[in-house]
Amino acid sequence: MNTSDLLQDYTRYTRRRILFILLVLLGIVFVGMYAMVVGAAGISPGDIIRVFTGRGDPVSEQIILNIRLPRVLAALLAGLALSASGAVMQSLLRNPLASPFTLGISGAAAFGASFAIVFFGSAGIAFMPWLNEQYIVMFSAFAWSMVSTGFILAIARYRGATPEVMILAGIAIGSLFGAGVSALQYVATDVELAAIVFWMFGDLGRAAWNDVLILSVILFPLLIYFSLKAWSYKALQSGDEFARSLGVNAFRVRLTGMLAASLATAVVVSFYGIIAFVGLVVPHIVRRFIGGDDSFLIPASALFGAVFLLLSDTVARTLFSPVILPVGILTSFIGAPLFLFLLLKGMGRGYWS
Amino acid sequence: MKIELRNIEFAYDKNPVLRNITGVIDPGEFVALVGPNGSGKSTLIKCINGILRIQKGEVLLDGKNLKSYGTNRLSQKMAYVPQTEQKAVPMNVFDAVLIGRKPYIRWKPTKQDLEITAGILEKLNLAPVAMKDVTKLSGGQQQRVFIARALAQQPEVLLLDEPTANLDLKHQVDVLKLLGSLTRQGITVIMAMHDINLAAMYSKKVMMMKEGRLFASGGNEIFTADNVEKLYDVNVETIHKNGTVYIVPDRTQSI
Repeated sequence: MNTSDLLQDYTRYTRRRILFILLVLLGIVFVGMYAMVVGAAGISPGDIIRVFTGRGDPVSEQIILNIRLPRVLAALLAGLALSASGAVMQSLLRNPLASPFTLGISGAAAFGASFAIVFFGSAGIAFMPWLNEQYIVMFSAFAWSMVSTGFILAIARYRGATPEVMILAGIAIGSLFGAGVSALQYVATDVELAAIVFWMFGDLGRAAWNDVLILSVILFPLLIYFSLKAWSYKALQSGDEFARSLGVNAFRVRLTGMLAASLATAVVVSFYGIIAFVGLVVPHIVRRFIGGDDSFLIPASALFGAVFLLLSDTVARTLFSPVILPVGILTSFIGAPLFLFLLLKGMGRGYWS
Repeated sequence: MKIELRNIEFAYDKNPVLRNITGVIDPGEFVALVGPNGSGKSTLIKCINGILRIQKGEVLLDGKNLKSYGTNRLSQKMAYVPQTEQKAVPMNVFDAVLIGRKPYIRWKPTKQDLEITAGILEKLNLAPVAMKDVTKLSGGQQQRVFIARALAQQPEVLLLDEPTANLDLKHQVDVLKLLGSLTRQGITVIMAMHDINLAAMYSKKVMMMKEGRLFASGGNEIFTADNVEKLYDVNVETIHKNGTVYIVPDRTQSI
């Protein structure tokens, strides 16, 4: 075997990974179209074309532009954010169990939402989404997520930004906020309690154009940032000291990476509640197809996560039609068995073997 | 690249690990750092390439202070192969070695980066496994991958922490021969070693460390029974054969 054979092999391997990414993109297009068409209100592909060319009837226009399209985009963006964060966290913490919620964001966001529901009298938001109160809950969830993240990063600054410190601090903070949620649920009225429970089911039914726009404005710079840092993340995976010998400041890269991933997650969770397992499972699925190289893993996970969550949400919408399930329940239901399946099949190519 | 160590002091918290280390290492030298556990071998290696910041003294590279090199430029001059106690990350061998090109890569690897990587894989006999997962390789092959990754940095100085730990005899010899051939190409090799016999056999310069101090340094002639006994607190015998010195513990004497 000589150098040019070797280069050819590697080029072929790289093309295979790019092909995977292109296939996922194609999948997004198809699932996206399917998601626009299916649902309780009968919409045909023809209606969609008519609406986009400005010849649609007002009812289909309303359904397509203000209900289906934002929901589809929200599912794509949320899946993207959670999966990219998951891939980044697994790499930064060198741990296959890391997920976007490793720094305790789910607990902190749930606490923030419950806090707003109980103390700002937002009872009944799940039933009557008055804009203002909804935004108070979102803001509180986001703020508390960032408080928890900030607290853990502060501990890491003080105690050393090692994966162990961050994971353990995340577990501790997460369960502390879990206790806070329980306490708030205990003092909440029946209506508030219902609102808290409803908030905690991740649900894309809350999607609207506003949050889709905010999400894209925040997510795209973060994704570009992750892609730029992929080489530093790869160096970090082989150990902090090795990374330093490659000119990578392990401490700074890990802290800023965790902050960025947490920010992406916190925005999604504040808008749509807790959507479990996507950020944990998707990078593992993708790793099975294209291997563990972050330059490909992070973008591929982001796109695969997008189509994964859109498909899940579409199934959740149509499975027991006209009853619509919150997608968070569905992802937990399929995520756990999927995770076990990957574990039995030798997950992540050597991660746990 | 000429390395000068001037009165280096380093302490973890308040515990001094390196005390007043001074020495010169010339380009292309094959240096073995030997000494008991905790004598500061690994720490010295990390101080030489700036992974750890020394608290006193200075490290000069070609007469210029280590601190005046930017981290990226330094990583183009000096590479580090850590001790292999940490589990390898699941990744294709080619990709793993390509990481060594990081100091030269801005956004994505160029054709030149790929060619250099392929050339190194071939030179180190890793071409047949280049498309395999690193975690599926034997310990000896993994160590070769890590050395290949360091060579992809195209360094002038290669620092290794116990490069032969966890390897069988054949692979230990393989790795040391490989390092020897690198020094003949002008790369300075500095390695921490536990096996004093292999160190004596392959390295050209020895630095003996004890309790954070440079206990002795020089050619292989400093491997005397007296020096080794003082270094490790073990009674030893030396056997000279074919110009090489062999050091064996002396069973007949008890301490």
